[in-house]
Amino acid sequence: MNIAELDSDALLAALRQVLAAKGIASEEEITERIAITDAASPAGGARMVAKAWMDEDYRELMLTDGARAAETLGIPMRGMPPLGVLENTTEVHHLVVCTLCSCYPRAVLGYPPFWFKSVSYRARAVRDPRGVLLEWGTDLPEQVTLRVVDSTADYRWMVLPMRPDGTEGWSEERLASIIREGDMIGVTVPQAG
Amino acid sequence: MIAPGTQVRVRDDWPETRGPCHIRTPHYVRGEIGTVLRHLGDYPNPEDLAFGRPAQRLPLYHVQFKRYGLWDGGRADDDILIEIFGPWLETSS
Repeated sequence: MNIAELDSDALLAALRQVLAAKGIASEEEITERIAITDAASPAGGARMVAKAWMDEDYRELMLTDGARAAETLGIPMRGMPPLGVLENTTEVHHLVVCTLCSCYPRAVLGYPPFWFKSVSYRARAVRDPRGVLLEWGTDLPEQVTLRVVDSTADYRWMVLPMRPDGTEGWSEERLASIIREGDMIGVTVPQAG
Repeated sequence: MIAPGTQVRVRDDWPETRGPCHIRTPHYVRGEIGTVLRHLGDYPNPEDLAFGRPAQRLPLYHVQFKRYGLWDGGRADDDILIEIFGPWLETSS
C-alpha cells in the first residue's frame, strides 16, 4: 500500500477515528477548532490596534501580554502560541517575516496571505527589507530604524502600527476599519484616507 | 539563563550536513555575534518534537543582530530580531 496514492478524504476520516478512539481529540473538538481557525481574520487584530490607540491601559496590556489582550476582545487564544506585539514608533518600524516556513499570528490575523508564504518575501525581507517596503509603497522617514523580526520559534508576532494623522476624533470602529493585515505585519502603514 | 544585554555567538554548527534534522536557527546567523534582548520562556525542543521524541524544555531568547553584519550593505542602525534556543548560543564567560 502506498499512502501517497490513497484518497485524502479516506485518510483524514481514518485519522480522525484513530484520534477519537485514542482519546486524543474528539470529533467535536476538531470541528470546533476548524471553526475557530476559519473565523479568525485581520478584523480581530484591527480591533486590538484600534483599542490600543484609544485606551492607554489596553495598549500596555497588549505590549506585555498579547494573548490576554486578544482574549479580552473575545478572540479565542486557548491552545495558541504566545502572541508578541511589536510597537512601531517614530524611531523604529517593525517588519515580520518567517524565513524558515510561514509562522503567522493566525489567531488575530487569520490565514496568512499568499505573499507572506512566498519564497521571494521570506528571502528578501531579511536581505533587502527597505527595498521590499518601497515596493509596497512604504517609504520610511530617514530617522526611522528598521527592525526585521524573523519568527523562528514558539512566538507569533504582530505589529502595533502608529495611528495616522487625520484620524482625530474618530470612533474605535472607524479606526479599526482602516487597519489592514499588511499594517500589522509591517509591510504597510495605516492610511487615514 | 543568559541575562539581557549579554553578547552571544550563535554556534557555527550545520546538523543538516549530518543527516535528517529539524532546526529553528536560520542559516544566516550561524557563527554570528548578537545580543540577547530577553528570555521569552521555556519551550520543548523542536529538534526532538519534530521526530516524535521526548523533548526537553529549553530557554528561548530574543536575540538582536545588526543587519549590516549579516548581509552586504544596509544601514548601520537596522537590525534583525530572532528567537533562538539556549543550546545554540555561546557566551564568552
